[in-house]
Amino acid sequence: MLPMAAVAQVRMCSRISLVCLLLGSWALLSLCSGAPASGSESEANKSESSRSVSRNKSVKAFPVVTVDFAHVRSPFVVALWILLASVLKLGFHFLPKVSSIVPESCVLVCVGLIVGGLLKAVGETPPILKADVFFFYLLPPIILDAGYFLPTRPFSENLGTILSFAVLGTLWNAAFVGLLLFAVCQIQGSGLQHITLLPNLLFGSIISAVDPVAVLAVFEEIHINELLHILVFGESLLNDAVTVVLYHLLEEYASDPEIGAKEIILGILSFFVVALGGIFVGIFYGLIAAFTSRFTSRIRVIEPLFVFLYSYMAYLCSEIFHLSGIMALISCGVIMRPYVEANISHKSHTTIKYFLKMWSSVSETLIFIFLGVSTLAGQHQWDWIFISCTVMFCLIGRVLGVLGLTLILNRFRIVKLTPKDQFIISYGGLRGAIAFSLGYLLRDSFPRTLFLTAIITVIFFTVFVQGMTIRPLVELLAVKKKQDSKRSINEEIHTQFLDHLLTGIEDVCGHYGHHHWKDKLNRFNKKYIKKCLISGERSKEPQLIAFYHKMEMKNAIEMVVSGGLPKLPSSVSIQHVQRKDTLTERLLPTLTKEREEEVRKILRENLQKTRQRLRSYNRHTLIADPYEDQWNQILLKRQRLRSLDPRGSTYLTVPTGGRGSPPEQKPAESDATYFEPRDPTSDLPSITIDLASPFSSESVEIQNKGAVPGEDKGIVFSAKNPPNDENGSPNQRMQRFVSDPGPDNKPNDHFQS
Amino acid sequence: MGSTPSLPAWEIRNLANTTGFTSEQIEILHRRFLHLTDGKTTMGKDCFDNIPDLDCNPIKSRIVNAFFDGRNLGLQTSGTVDEITFENFLTTLSFFQHMDDNHTKEDLEYYKNEKLQFLFRMYDTNGDGKITLEELREIVDELLSKTSNAEKTSSSIADAAMLEAANICVGQMEPDQLYDGITFDDFLKIMQDLKIETKMHVRFLNMDTTAICK
Repeated sequence: MLPMAAVAQVRMCSRISLVCLLLGSWALLSLCSGAPASGSESEANKSESSRSVSRNKSVKAFPVVTVDFAHVRSPFVVALWILLASVLKLGFHFLPKVSSIVPESCVLVCVGLIVGGLLKAVGETPPILKADVFFFYLLPPIILDAGYFLPTRPFSENLGTILSFAVLGTLWNAAFVGLLLFAVCQIQGSGLQHITLLPNLLFGSIISAVDPVAVLAVFEEIHINELLHILVFGESLLNDAVTVVLYHLLEEYASDPEIGAKEIILGILSFFVVALGGIFVGIFYGLIAAFTSRFTSRIRVIEPLFVFLYSYMAYLCSEIFHLSGIMALISCGVIMRPYVEANISHKSHTTIKYFLKMWSSVSETLIFIFLGVSTLAGQHQWDWIFISCTVMFCLIGRVLGVLGLTLILNRFRIVKLTPKDQFIISYGGLRGAIAFSLGYLLRDSFPRTLFLTAIITVIFFTVFVQGMTIRPLVELLAVKKKQDSKRSINEEIHTQFLDHLLTGIEDVCGHYGHHHWKDKLNRFNKKYIKKCLISGERSKEPQLIAFYHKMEMKNAIEMVVSGGLPKLPSSVSIQHVQRKDTLTERLLPTLTKEREEEVRKILRENLQKTRQRLRSYNRHTLIADPYEDQWNQILLKRQRLRSLDPRGSTYLTVPTGGRGSPPEQKPAESDATYFEPRDPTSDLPSITIDLASPFSSESVEIQNKGAVPGEDKGIVFSAKNPPNDENGSPNQRMQRFVSDPGPDNKPNDHFQS
Repeated sequence: MGSTPSLPAWEIRNLANTTGFTSEQIEILHRRFLHLTDGKTTMGKDCFDNIPDLDCNPIKSRIVNAFFDGRNLGLQTSGTVDEITFENFLTTLSFFQHMDDNHTKEDLEYYKNEKLQFLFRMYDTNGDGKITLEELREIVDELLSKTSNAEKTSSSIADAAMLEAANICVGQMEPDQLYDGITFDDFLKIMQDLKIETKMHVRFLNMDTTAICK
């Protein structure tokens, strides 16, 4: 009773303290932004007076404590904002009720509103989300994160659909909203006749673009299936080119009422230049980044930096020429990734992943907060007719556009889009901060305040109403959710097989289809590009092997980290799969020297902390460092384990993800007996393979057939015939795992040597 | 290509009924068939060597064998035939048609089954109804055939794949039980998530006759 109450009290206290902390910090922030102006003045005065005073008196007291906020001000304020945004995010997750109903973005906008209100109440002008800060600092991390981790297979499969939604859909939306608003403006009595056609079209183009930040923020929490996610998200990324072109075009010509054929042709041309130019800039920088990563094997620490900097340069370069920065970032990330991942170390890969996630998360938070703050900061002009019509037309336009496009697209698609899919796609067309920033950049010749108000209203409507209701709607409509299936080796084999099969069939028919070109591209990639961009012999590694090694590494790390017991011990092991007579074949995976080193290092680091884990990979480490002193402790622990869990996990090396090194198995006995070594007196060979020792050639053959001369492929060997049971030397029996303490003297034991 | 003997209309209609291709597709494919066989009416395995692009394909021999496999052609005898007629050619290609939603649900199920059977038969070369570990190893070997020093990893990849299959299909196994091979039902279970039947098609829609002469 008491502890429960105490816990509840502590929780309440922590929440209250959190809120107090937040409010206090916001107050501090407002003071900071306001105070330094006056502070610096008084400082200047003070220094002057002190100097004048010192002229009179030669002795001046040395100031022991000084306050000089002015010169720390900018970084201080920035850091404080980011810190508070992160603490807020933290607090959000402590309130489970709120986080299940309201998406994070809504809460952040609300907080922004509160802060803006506070700042205004204090009398300070709240900071507005400046377009420069947004486009140069807040947007790129989010887009890079999206681009680098873009799932390329579904993206390329649905590219046609995504492009048509992005280009045609956005154009349709812009035209629909713009023209209808112009019609509304022309109605007598609306008071809006001064807004001519072109400003309306410009407004339409700003408001029609689906925003990647908002889509990411909302869709991330609802976990819908991959197809819908990639369709809406891909559309939000690719429509940037259209938005940029339309915006600049209409802004240029808004003052000039003559729109002839020439302007339209220039516009279309400009679209291609912007889109393709952005992509080329991205590809260029991506290739350079991949090439640079080839040489980073000596300084692994700065590898992530190259990834980030090259991508950012791609973005900035494309902004120089007014090309589409978002497309540059996406193409840079997509191109760079396969090569960079083959070159960099595992730690760098983790670093890149987490840095990108961290930056994009912080950016997102800041964007939404600033949206809230900026709402209260600027001037507003509220016009019921204009704004309500805008919201209505946006919604209707989106729905009509999606429906119409799907009708056409479904004739070409194999997996058709169902009405449920169409509903989610149209409902997921959220507007966000990009629209706001673009509106902010408008010149004053436009009815800027009215437009900004309307944009903010639409954004709020989509983020709040659509963002909050999409989750219950997804549940209601029973839309397929994301399947958390790990990619299995079977899937990889069959997918590759099918690709080759379809390419073959296309060749037989003489039809140069989709698969034919994809196959040609793959071959070109393998033959030329990979050789340039990937270091070492990994350039020749086929995809299947690379995938397999990646999976093995992942499994090894998982096993070590999870404390030695796999989550779902399966009782299927390699013996079930192989016939007895074929078991003598070796079943060791081949790892290259560097890979082995990496695996060894990872395992050693983790194994040093935890004692009771000996996995099959230990075979490699065991060769170098025998675990003799830990053996007894391990035995004791195993005995304890045995009493706890008789089933145990003999097949510890067989996680559900599939493995290459099979464990040993005792066919008839229960697992418990495994935990006792049979002959503790005999040398417990941690090292059981000694390359130098002369094995009888009949029993063991050390193969290094496949080794590239001069390259040590590690220890690979196989047994030709099963070694003799009676006088099987312990050298040939590997005691590999704690769970399999060693082969028995049973004749029908399966073992490898 | 000059004057090629075209099929009589009744034969085209017949073939359209049995295989489901449209008459234009049948004509185009007939021209391709004649191009490959150099005008003869039956096709042998060597005709496939005329296709240069196919040589780069790692599973070329399997594809060629699939055309000559008796089970695919609906023959009573299992085993390969030596020569195939145009009708056999079309029958094999018809496995790669796309089944649109105009068909009934049972039809779609039937076609899906047929496609997966075709795929299964390509894996199961000796025809015993099971994909054994050796057959899986052969497949992986072929997929990796263009690379050197891949023999060792290929067998461990095959082992891992078989383990996974056993895991999915049988789950908990007694220590004595041996998992012989992947039967067709197991194959279906593994393929469930992949929805291979939606991907296993070639678009015969826009086939340009000029591109065919290669």
